[in-house]
Amino acid sequence: MNFSLNDVMPMLPEIFLLAATCAILIMDLFIADERRFLTYLFSLAALGVAGAITWSTATGVTAYTMHGMFVDDLLSDTLKLILYVTVGMVLVYSRHYLHQRDMFRGEFFALVLFATLGMMVMISANHFLTLYMGLELLSLSLYALVALQRDSAIAAEAAMKYFILGALASGMLLYGMSMVYGATGNLDITRIALLLQAGVGSNLVLIFGLVFIVAGLAFKLGVVPFHMWLPDVYQGAPTAVTLFIGTATKVAAFAFVIRLLAQALQAFSGDWQQMLVIMAVLSMAVGNITAIAQTNLKRMLAYSTISHMGFLLLGILSANINGYSAAMFYMVAYVLTGLGAFGMIMLLSRKGFEADKLDDLKGLNQRNPWYAFMMLLIMFSLAGVPPTIGFYAKLSVLQAVINAGFPRLAIIAVVFSLIGAFYYLRIVRLMYFEKPHDQHAISPSLDTRMLIGANGLAMLVLGVMPQPLMAMCIYAIEQSL
Amino acid sequence: MLAGYPLLSLTIWVPILAGVLVLATGSDRNAPLARLLALIGSVAGLLVAWPLYSHFDPSTADMQFVEFASWIPAMNINYHLGVDGISMPLLLLNSFTTVLVVLAGWRVIENKVAQYMAAFLIMSGLINGVFAALDAMLFYVFFEAMLIPLFLVIGIWGGPRRVYAAIKFFLYTLMGSLLMLVALIYLYFQANGSFEILDFQALPLTMHAQLLLFMAFFLAFAVKVPMWPVHTWLPDAHVEAPTGGSVVLAAVTLKIGAYGFLRFNLPITPDASHYLTGFMVTLSLIAVVYIGLVALVQGDMKKLIAYSSISHMGFVTLGIFLFNTLGVEGAMVQMLSHGFVAAAMFLSVGVMYDRLHSRQIADYGGLANRMPVFASFLMLFSMANAGLPGTSGFVGEFMVIMAAVKVNFWYAFLAAITLILGAAYTLWMYKRVVFGEVVHASVKSMQDLVPREFFYLAVLAVLVLAMGIYPRPLTEVMHSSVANLLAHVAQSKLP
Repeated sequence: MNFSLNDVMPMLPEIFLLAATCAILIMDLFIADERRFLTYLFSLAALGVAGAITWSTATGVTAYTMHGMFVDDLLSDTLKLILYVTVGMVLVYSRHYLHQRDMFRGEFFALVLFATLGMMVMISANHFLTLYMGLELLSLSLYALVALQRDSAIAAEAAMKYFILGALASGMLLYGMSMVYGATGNLDITRIALLLQAGVGSNLVLIFGLVFIVAGLAFKLGVVPFHMWLPDVYQGAPTAVTLFIGTATKVAAFAFVIRLLAQALQAFSGDWQQMLVIMAVLSMAVGNITAIAQTNLKRMLAYSTISHMGFLLLGILSANINGYSAAMFYMVAYVLTGLGAFGMIMLLSRKGFEADKLDDLKGLNQRNPWYAFMMLLIMFSLAGVPPTIGFYAKLSVLQAVINAGFPRLAIIAVVFSLIGAFYYLRIVRLMYFEKPHDQHAISPSLDTRMLIGANGLAMLVLGVMPQPLMAMCIYAIEQSL
Repeated sequence: MLAGYPLLSLTIWVPILAGVLVLATGSDRNAPLARLLALIGSVAGLLVAWPLYSHFDPSTADMQFVEFASWIPAMNINYHLGVDGISMPLLLLNSFTTVLVVLAGWRVIENKVAQYMAAFLIMSGLINGVFAALDAMLFYVFFEAMLIPLFLVIGIWGGPRRVYAAIKFFLYTLMGSLLMLVALIYLYFQANGSFEILDFQALPLTMHAQLLLFMAFFLAFAVKVPMWPVHTWLPDAHVEAPTGGSVVLAAVTLKIGAYGFLRFNLPITPDASHYLTGFMVTLSLIAVVYIGLVALVQGDMKKLIAYSSISHMGFVTLGIFLFNTLGVEGAMVQMLSHGFVAAAMFLSVGVMYDRLHSRQIADYGGLANRMPVFASFLMLFSMANAGLPGTSGFVGEFMVIMAAVKVNFWYAFLAAITLILGAAYTLWMYKRVVFGEVVHASVKSMQDLVPREFFYLAVLAVLVLAMGIYPRPLTEVMHSSVANLLAHVAQSKLP
């Protein structure tokens, strides 16, 4: 069997990141604690180079390699670039936070990079096994990351819950995949799609498998009724890890859904649509209503994530190009906003103080108007109020849903966004209308300060000019599906 | 000669940029600079808006000063601006009100001055955008975005129950507008992927669709107007808002609701509008009569004026849904007049509140002895609020009542009750506040108007009188647009 360079080219970014991560892992062993900064720099550099490779090898032509197990299309390139940026921002936001909590160690960086590699594999998977392998690489790294704070009981509890429920979900997913394999005799996504289109396989077995696949997906996305792990993990994990789980993994989750539902099982869209409708409505309901009752900011944002993932499902369940690109745009907007929200929590925290209670935001406008304004933009973006990016995300999804013939679903969605607006407004209220009870000066490092400024203003700038991002999502989806 | 200038863009962006500049002055140490910049910004905003009136062509109903640029091609959303005789006066009213607000907050606001002034300037630009937008999504963006500064203004500088009022205000208005968003997206697909309001207006729609669309728009705009029974946010918001907030709320934001009816409900769903006339007129008359009675028993001056605003806005919606020229023009005149009168009333209450820190009628009495100049101004504005002939308040109400007589005598009869009720609650309040012996020691020490206050009250007094005596310059610009609108509404759009 011949092995040419052309077979390797499409997966060059993955190969590079794997090599770089291993190198960083080994190098870290020989670095003294005070020079740990190098590990951080090398991790960022590795992401940057991976980005450069992805950018320069992006041909726009869909290329399959490894006997069709791996695909390099425009969608995967775009998502990977988004992923690098997201992970890079996670690292910058986390640096100071980790330092203060004695977690600024090689493990964090190595695990984050391995998780990133897993996500890249998921994004480029064209085979059920590749997909599953990427997913496990991601999940195992995440379990370890959640438990990184060894002496924290809640972190350990969160990791345990995450691990057990995650393993269960993986089992369900595998079971569903095996059913599809049984019916079609294939694990290759492209071929499965063709076979299903031709009507091969027993309908009963396929739908049985589909149910399990959707359940597994729903768990990874964190939509109701498979959402139980999410609030505990978000609250229990160190905020740096929550930031990572809350943002970067959503990119992979989106790719996961697209590869499985939109590519492999598109022929059964009529069947998974119904399941997604129920889950989307439940997620928006449970997420938005439960969030009102929260006093912990991280937990509140966890429920907010659940509702946002429900909204994202609305785009997916439209089951056409328009809907997928709307969902992708929604995902990008959400990731960017989520980065800002969790980034702000870390920025306000200090040694021995997590700033994760709602009341910790009280009077932020008096303590520091600039950060309060940034948080205001982030909250209005989450609530979907123009002129922030969150509004256009909602607009494009609603537009897709109505176009797909579900106007009632759109009305349900806006009613729940109204309920959602209440708790985002509450944060604005705390920051602007209340007196501060904490008078500590907020003195983040320069890089964090710049990043949060850019992140917050991006809500506004992308809200005034959403076209490039929207066009990018539409183009990537159109070229790849 | 002004054809080449993007006038409408200037009226939107000059105040917003000024607001950003004011915000950049930072902390309260630079408060004088912030005030000065805000004044310059608001006056500049008024100056760039003025040519819209002076170069307006009243002979056509077409959109004028049109600007067009592609904004979000992915969804065919355009930056499309233009004004006609309906929106142009409102745009001017808003730019004018902004100057008043800046002046009114000059000394009173001492806490976070830059943020206060910036919020009003940015809001002013956004509201101009609402009136100028010809693309439905552009309209929606401005419509929603202006909630944010107003929400902050009420919540930060308001009274004791400000938080409750701010959140109530925001959620009420958001509820209405989100349903409108769904309606707009639905229309977008009906119009083959266009968000142009003018395309929507030409679109044939079934009765079923029209009724649903009408209800969605109705909820969005009725909350803004506000119509009974979704009016309860207004008294709360008014009472808790600082003077400037009350002025903008009453003078401008309420008009956005009525403008929405004229721009969306009537032309896009004419058959549903005709079908639901009885419903709309009933709600309007309830607002006029019942809310008028509610105003009568208020002990808080701001609350009284807030209820009187709702009652006056009932006249506006009544005039709109009579479907004749006199009614719609009367509604327009009533809107502008109410913009001046309500602004003047709230500013007057503000003048008193700054001195005594009370809005309760019972805390005053005998003001005429201490503040004769102010008492005279208040007399004029109270008369205008009551609709006395010769003041602007009379013109609009009279036109609407005349229009109502043509349609149904009982409509006119009920609407005319407001002339009695309005006089009752306004003048009774005036009597209790201004006349009588000075009983409270605190009133004795009250100083009469300072030049700044005199200036803005005098300007308003001139405008109120001018509009009352010679309203033609105003009605002239709206004739063709109103005629065109009514001609359009008279045609059925059923396929």
